[in-house]
Amino acid sequence: MLTQLPLYQQAILTLAAMILFTSFALLAQQRVLSMIHVFAWQGLLVAATTVLVAYDSSAHHLYFSAALTLVLKVLLIPWLLHRLVHRLGIHRQAHTVAHPALVLMVAAALVIFAYYVTLPIHQLAHSITRNTIAISMAVVLLGMLMLITRNKAVSQVIGFMSLENGLFFAAVAATHGMPMVVELGIAFDVLVVAVIFGVFFFHIRDSIDSLDVDRLNRLAEREP
Amino acid sequence: MSALQFTLGIPLLSSVLLALYGQRSWAATLNLWAAGAGFAASAWLAWGVLEHGALGGGASQLYIDSFNVYLIVLTAFVGATTALFSRPYMAQEEESGRLSARRLRLYHASYQGFLFTLQLALSTNNLGVLWVAMEGATLATVLLVSLYRTPEAIEAAWKYFIICGVGIALALFGTVLVYFAAAQVIPDPEQALLWSELARHSAELEPVVMAIAFVFLLVGYGTKVGLVPMHTWLPDAHSEGPTPMSAVLSGLLLNVALYAVVRVKILTDGALAAHPGVHDPHLPGYLMMGFGLLSFLVAGLFLHRQRDIKRLFSYSSIEHMGLMTFAFGLGGPLATFAGLLHMTVHSLTKSAIFITVGHASHIAGSQGMEQIRGLIRTQPVVGWGLLIGTATIAGFPPFGVFVSEFLLLSATMAAQPWLTLPLLVGLGVAFAGLFRHVQPMVYGDLPEGQSAVRANMWPVAIQLTLVLWLGLAIPAFLAQWFDQATLLISGEGLL
Repeated sequence: MLTQLPLYQQAILTLAAMILFTSFALLAQQRVLSMIHVFAWQGLLVAATTVLVAYDSSAHHLYFSAALTLVLKVLLIPWLLHRLVHRLGIHRQAHTVAHPALVLMVAAALVIFAYYVTLPIHQLAHSITRNTIAISMAVVLLGMLMLITRNKAVSQVIGFMSLENGLFFAAVAATHGMPMVVELGIAFDVLVVAVIFGVFFFHIRDSIDSLDVDRLNRLAEREP
Repeated sequence: MSALQFTLGIPLLSSVLLALYGQRSWAATLNLWAAGAGFAASAWLAWGVLEHGALGGGASQLYIDSFNVYLIVLTAFVGATTALFSRPYMAQEEESGRLSARRLRLYHASYQGFLFTLQLALSTNNLGVLWVAMEGATLATVLLVSLYRTPEAIEAAWKYFIICGVGIALALFGTVLVYFAAAQVIPDPEQALLWSELARHSAELEPVVMAIAFVFLLVGYGTKVGLVPMHTWLPDAHSEGPTPMSAVLSGLLLNVALYAVVRVKILTDGALAAHPGVHDPHLPGYLMMGFGLLSFLVAGLFLHRQRDIKRLFSYSSIEHMGLMTFAFGLGGPLATFAGLLHMTVHSLTKSAIFITVGHASHIAGSQGMEQIRGLIRTQPVVGWGLLIGTATIAGFPPFGVFVSEFLLLSATMAAQPWLTLPLLVGLGVAFAGLFRHVQPMVYGDLPEGQSAVRANMWPVAIQLTLVLWLGLAIPAFLAQWFDQATLLISGEGLL
């Protein structure tokens, strides 16, 4: 079955699998710098998929989105994070995950769930799009899982950005990109998000002397 | 199209101007005039739509119909009255040393930027641009929530940013799925996300994809509506940001997010109704009713245990947004009409209440409800404002909130009689929750050394009068307008 597919479709499926793998790697990663590197790799894989889809479907505006992803997600944002981490002096810090085995098992369950949800879509019966949609949904859900299980601001940001990668992958692989207006808007928003995150790191550190967001707990509803 | 260009252009231009020159002393005045001019432009736009019918649509990127035009006017109106309140209020914050001129520049630029993103979200025809504008609205306000830079404010802003960021990301996934479904039906990819095109082809869209997309979009935009259990950012962001911001967040942002959900619901309903047997055709409606009812009941209970006055009223916002979501979920002309009316009266009343609350917390020097006492003797106009505002929002006749809640109850009685019970109980619980806190604040013993502040109660008076008017008699042209929107959403008119 798989070998009957055209070569480029096989390549897209391989890349999709690797993107999912990087999501798992992010979930289990404990060191900040490695996490940033894995995130950059994920961006690179998404950009590569975009180029492949652009070449195959001769949708030329996708080259532009690929370049945008490369610049934003592979170079600019990891570089910004790198610089921030060094300036905040937390590049050696370990970000421990509580119950890593449990987290990874939940992650596996989420992937199965993503496939389960996309199974009944009729128009996908014979195409690789079912796989790519299921995988992009899984990447989105894993990004959310990472946001929930991490307690350091930097790893939450990386989880958030990886979630964004899943969305972008969905847009490219399932629908050959979004209309240009929308893509420009999304890229602009992502950039602003990255900048605001940077501003926030300093605010949080100044206010609680740490980037441990567990300590942001003054506003919870509790017994008066 | 020129009125529309003004409606969008004025806030955008003034946002840029204020970002450059916002530290000057005339910034607050410019903010006020820009908001006023924006309101004038939107009224002009509405008049055009009323005379000549829907604007744009087809292949155009902008689309104004009877549903969004009244929200555009409402947004511009509340934006203008809040700007009127914001000028003396923020000046007082600067005098008291809580804010510097640079922060005020950020504040004013973000205020206009926020209004621009809301108007863009309302007037666009493109679901993708709608998403971009909704995200833009978060980004424009996130630094305002942390404006005071206290640890609490930073925490609130971080929560707001992360929770709404994730929510809106889910909405983007839903938008991608809609695009995926549309790409099979609409050949031109540039038009496949245009709402007017999608609505024309809604019966041909793949129902399973649309159902999945709707779930993502409901949870995504529902986060910004403040639906339980995605609501946790809302009370924090409302209580820690500057008060004019709370007024526009509560009065406007939540409405626009709900507007986005309803737009998508229309498409999903169309797709599901055309393919019976795939999913229950009422799936979107049931989901909205469930989320709405849950938010309504949970928020009503949370009202009782609040100690911060702004948190109290932000839970009341969650409660009312739940009620509106329930109304649109219930569907049918009567419930839809009630939902539209409730959107209007809630945002007028709630922004008026937040303005009053801003003055009340200046008088007491604290937002803690235990510190706020004896308002009616210190400054009667603020005390009465708070009392009447609370009575209005709790649904006392003859105000407009009563009318919309009554309509909704009758619609529920006809369609799902059993659900009237939780609705009535919820209204009672919320009523008790509000008044047990408000009564001592208005009438309680006067603390020593409390003095009146410079207060501008005109916006409150105007807005509450409008709500009273809507409760006594809805003007014919407005009723006609709501009716056209009802026809658009539920498929049949009421009048």
